[in-house]
Amino acid sequence: MSLAAIALNRFGLGARPGDAAPADPRGWLLGQISGFDPRPAVITALPDAAAMTLQYRQNLAQLRRQGVVGVRRPGDPEPPKGPEAEAMANAAQRERRQAFAQAYGGQVGARLTLSLTSATPFAERLVHFWANHFAISTDKLATATMGGPLEFEAIRPHIGGRFSDMLLAVTRHPGMQFYLDQAQSIGPNSLLGEAARRRNATRQPGLNENLAREILELHTLGAGNYTQADVAGLARALTGWSIGGFVRRPLGVAAPDGQFVFQPNWHEPGSVTVAGRPYRQNGEAQALAILNDLANHPHTARRLAEKLARHFVADAPPPALIDRMATAYLASGGQLPALYRALIEAPEAWATPLAKFKTPWDWLVSSLRALGRENVPPLQAIGALRELGQPVWRPGSPAGWEDDTARWAAPDALLRRVEVASRIAAPLAATLDARSLAPRILPGTLSPATASAIARAESPAEGLALLLVAPEFLRR
Amino acid sequence: MIDRRSLLARSALIGGFAMTPQLALAAAGTDQRLVFIILRGAMDGLAAIPPIGDGRLNPLRGSLAQPPEQFGPMLKLTSDFAAHPALKGFASLFAAGEASVVHAIASPYRERSHFDAQNILETGGNAAYALKDGWLNRLLPLLPAAPPPVAIAATLPALLRGTAPTTSFAPSRLPDASASLKARVAALYENDALLHRLWSEAMATEVMAGSSDGGAGNPQGLAASAARLLADPAGPRIAVLDLGGWDTHAGQALRLANQLRQLDGVITTLKTGLGPAWANTLVIAATEFGRTVATNGTGGTDHGTASAALLAGGRLKGGPAAGRVLGDWPGLSTLYEGRDLLPTTSLNSLFAGAAAGLFGLDPALVSRRVFSAAPAAPLAIVRA
Repeated sequence: MSLAAIALNRFGLGARPGDAAPADPRGWLLGQISGFDPRPAVITALPDAAAMTLQYRQNLAQLRRQGVVGVRRPGDPEPPKGPEAEAMANAAQRERRQAFAQAYGGQVGARLTLSLTSATPFAERLVHFWANHFAISTDKLATATMGGPLEFEAIRPHIGGRFSDMLLAVTRHPGMQFYLDQAQSIGPNSLLGEAARRRNATRQPGLNENLAREILELHTLGAGNYTQADVAGLARALTGWSIGGFVRRPLGVAAPDGQFVFQPNWHEPGSVTVAGRPYRQNGEAQALAILNDLANHPHTARRLAEKLARHFVADAPPPALIDRMATAYLASGGQLPALYRALIEAPEAWATPLAKFKTPWDWLVSSLRALGRENVPPLQAIGALRELGQPVWRPGSPAGWEDDTARWAAPDALLRRVEVASRIAAPLAATLDARSLAPRILPGTLSPATASAIARAESPAEGLALLLVAPEFLRR
Repeated sequence: MIDRRSLLARSALIGGFAMTPQLALAAAGTDQRLVFIILRGAMDGLAAIPPIGDGRLNPLRGSLAQPPEQFGPMLKLTSDFAAHPALKGFASLFAAGEASVVHAIASPYRERSHFDAQNILETGGNAAYALKDGWLNRLLPLLPAAPPPVAIAATLPALLRGTAPTTSFAPSRLPDASASLKARVAALYENDALLHRLWSEAMATEVMAGSSDGGAGNPQGLAASAARLLADPAGPRIAVLDLGGWDTHAGQALRLANQLRQLDGVITTLKTGLGPAWANTLVIAATEFGRTVATNGTGGTDHGTASAALLAGGRLKGGPAAGRVLGDWPGLSTLYEGRDLLPTTSLNSLFAGAAAGLFGLDPALVSRRVFSAAPAAPLAIVRA
């Protein structure tokens, strides 16, 4: 297999019919980090996290008026009842669903268009990788339309910078704050906590450990490298990190919808210890210092190196490669390009052929690219990805999608790929000849068996579908 | 890959006369059905099956001790335990001796990571990722010959992964690929060990399950598919369902009620769909760990330790667990690490006891072969 083929398929999003093989594969990949456009027009045209937060807040208010969510305070009007009210509630729900579908569709459409047309496919792969590292799931009301904004606003601008900047941007983003219940985590001994105790309020504000735990376990140090005491310490330090326009609590400072805000009166006072280091800062600076240290921790370096190597090289990446990547990351002071460079310069990364089984997203994108498609109706792509088992931004857990063959190579999943391949190939059969396309899409990897199966196919459509489900196309 | 039949033959040789007569007889097949439901995200056992006889529950839990009024009163199971009102179907099965509960149950895992804990629940090990295969997969060589167990999902959960053949199936709304394309795909995968195996299993399952299904995607639709596959006399005998969404850190009262209603629907759909085969069925619903006893600041609960496992099925009738809440109740006056329900029963006791009882195996053998990494005394669940 040629280095150019590896660069296109293993590190990129798959070859397109017109792509010229890069003359200097390593240089082609590294150059993409500086050539990458974090805010292309297709993204700036979409509503951002602030707009989505406002929409969420309006939805919540509507649901509260209808008595569907929330606690009714004394004096609040009785929620309307009877068939007329029910019909209105149903109509409102339909509208909400349509608004969600439109926003989500726009976001998935933008991601797909970029993946199909980008001149920097390796950089787009990195965007998808980091978005999965910092996964939220759109199956919560509060995050239903936050998948796109988190990726577009907190991931894309930082793929070529320091990891600590990405970690901070994600931690402050409303998508993550809502997903892991951070926005209303309040220190029991904060000014607000004490006021509530004095008033003997029915609902005492309190801490929520969710975000702190996942930062330690999933975003930085990794399972087994932190303790419950670390979780408690970081959770205390994060109290007061919230989102403007969302949480209505006493003693809060006003901030625009969807914008990160530090609420000093909700912050738990006092020093904390995380991963063996004391943090005596007051206020926002405390968690800032912790996040910065976590980003540059050797456990984090190893974890990021291993995940990245697993994503691009093999399910069980060579330990020596992980070591070199982690060392390069630490030596650079936490610069992500240092990590990428160590990966691309490693001979291991160009050795084992076809070691990775593509995820459904990568398979669908590379299939559409192979067919020369530059855009697809978002609804069609959303439906296909749901059937293939990997709906965009909906992994169902903050751990994100798993990244190994065992997760994706299953009987039913394979059958679905064949069905989708047959469906997307059919409309292009009149214009594309699979026999001449195959060697251009799989330069150096097309096997004689696949070439002959394509040549002997019953119809041009069948030939194209066979190319997309060939063993060497399912892998990279 | 080792063929299951040759493995069966080999274990028969090794076991010699120590093999139970049931196993020898069952080489001709088995009528028994096992459905395993993985509740991912940590189900709150204290809310699903509240210990109403424990006076510490109300003061410790506060607002979450009682389900929201609109769901109706709790459903009393025994003098000490009730079921959440959303578990209506389960409670009536309990009354009929076709359901039971094991409370204060946990895996050997004592940390609070979902992903590690689910791995231990599914592998039956004592440390996350220490075992590469699922305990259900290790059980297969001990069982009578039957079509491979099926996961009702597009991909395979860790519980079923391993060397013995297993398969996955989920109802599809996609149009069928043509028969010709499928035949050519089969030929194309002939020399690729992994793809050949996956494709053969996909084709076999497709034939068995019949054509496409209307209730695709929702848990009850998946339960209906599982029931249809299991009810087939020539179908698989083991099915695995995955139900996520139990991680109720905030707004637990409503979210948990919805989750429990779904689980209840899954269990009743299985009963209906299995028809007469329900009499030979055992359903186990288990989660990776429980949740904190106290309510947190956002009307939810955080990661805890012990939870409850729910059992259902006609196979329970007349047995030692029928209509009972098993497990030593540790009380709520001493909590694990001062915050969680103390575990008193190992999940592996339940799994080993249930599998042995259901399939007529020697419980000690199951414990030794399947749960050697974290053995626990098998619990008597069903009548012999």
